[in-house]
Amino acid sequence: MDHFPLSWGRPRNDALDAFNTYPMHKRPTHHDTFADGVQRTQQPIVTGTSVLAIKYKDGIMMAADTLASYGSLARFKSIQRLHTVGSSTVLGASGDLSDFQYIQSLMEDLIIEEHTAGDHHELGPAEIHEYLAQVLYSRRTKMDPLWNSLVVGGRKDSKNFLAYVDLLGTTYSSSSIATGYGAYIAVPLLRNAVDGRENTLTEEEARKIIVDCMRVLFYRDARSLNKFQISTVTDAGVTISEPIQLETTWSFAEGIRGYGAQTQ
Amino acid sequence: MPDGSFSHPQQRQFNPYTENGGTILAIAGKDFSVIAGDTRQSEGYSIQTRYAPKVFRLTDRAVLAVNGFAADGNMFVKKVQQRLEWYRHAHAKDMPLGAIARLIQTMLYGRRFFPYYVYNILGGIEEDGTGAVYSFDPVGSYEREACRAAGAAQSLVQPFLDNQIYFKNQQAPAGQSHPLHLPLSDVLAIVIDSFTSATERHIEVGDGLEIYVVLTKGRPTQDLEGYRGVKELTTRPDGDRVFLIQRELKKD
Repeated sequence: MDHFPLSWGRPRNDALDAFNTYPMHKRPTHHDTFADGVQRTQQPIVTGTSVLAIKYKDGIMMAADTLASYGSLARFKSIQRLHTVGSSTVLGASGDLSDFQYIQSLMEDLIIEEHTAGDHHELGPAEIHEYLAQVLYSRRTKMDPLWNSLVVGGRKDSKNFLAYVDLLGTTYSSSSIATGYGAYIAVPLLRNAVDGRENTLTEEEARKIIVDCMRVLFYRDARSLNKFQISTVTDAGVTISEPIQLETTWSFAEGIRGYGAQTQ
Repeated sequence: MPDGSFSHPQQRQFNPYTENGGTILAIAGKDFSVIAGDTRQSEGYSIQTRYAPKVFRLTDRAVLAVNGFAADGNMFVKKVQQRLEWYRHAHAKDMPLGAIARLIQTMLYGRRFFPYYVYNILGGIEEDGTGAVYSFDPVGSYEREACRAAGAAQSLVQPFLDNQIYFKNQQAPAGQSHPLHLPLSDVLAIVIDSFTSATERHIEVGDGLEIYVVLTKGRPTQDLEGYRGVKELTTRPDGDRVFLIQRELKKD
């Protein structure tokens, strides 16, 4: 901020400079006062951690915990990070949650726009994913990214769809996807359980795989919570469960020695 | 200060690029062209997916392989395909290979100051019926060559091709000279060996292999018939023909 009043772009004022001690030709040319203050490239502030998703026999299943972190502070403990788009798609987000809320509003606008066309066509998961990929890629190209890793899952015309897009516009699809810490911790477990069995896994089996991975993540990811939601998309439509509380065991901690100030 | 010395430059830390691994390769023959790429997409030490194609059929005589930053690559291929469609609508024919190469160079150079972080290799059949390979750098410098490898395992594959295609450091038998062009079966064997070897030694290469073969109009196809899982992708009769061979590579 320039604190010199004569640089503020106002006409010359005799009260401030009665004897013209600061001649016109020596004054700085006016420049945008906010130039330094406008920040387009941000950093994530309130963030969500991993999203997990897999394909199974009747559709896709996705899970995310309900924590919104502010750095290492567990700031909001009941934020939904799974979002229904249209009638055959679910969108899961990790990364900046205000950017995610903006994306949610984009999705609402898009669905309304398509509905008012009145052609009885509806956007499926593939279209939603393509749209988001274009939005995120164009924002990264403007050096003003939407700081998220998104997972788009759905089932339309009896075809399962599962794909990823992130702040750089990088996309891919796979039969199991995890963002954030999940990409390191959950993906090996998910691939082990899912690869080659996408068309035979039942919903119960899929749910067990997802819950097991969420438990492992809660034990290992310091920015996670033992409260999460599971979403499914099948021919019957989209469901997002009420928050599920994980049962966890900590009795083994009793026997651990050597990390801190124990007397023996 | 009135002299504006407080207006320090702002530090930006967002990096709009990443590197998604993988390798591509193309070899031109007398009357054919082979363009291949693996299908692994990775970032850092993570494999994102085992199947993300890097090689695309543009027309019945042109195939484009794209390697580097995957998001830029997909966007670039999309824009090239759009330009080729406009050309088709304007001229009622497919754009010739040399023209596609020049189009790609202007499209890449158009982004000289915010480049597509992508290495392109274009393969196919020239208007005179010869096999051709064009290779590009990210800002559009290009040349026509007989063979080129690019991507993560370029440094492993290109010396092998120099030796096997250009016969570098090889002595021809007395009274004979090296052949100018190799037969298709030899080229396919070299391509497959290149990728199995790159998969052994490079962590970003593997999972799957897609080999596109473009044959000039009227060329017999019997040397392709021995390969399992050959699919023809040609859209129009009586022209150059495109085939796809899909193979597995090691997934570790």
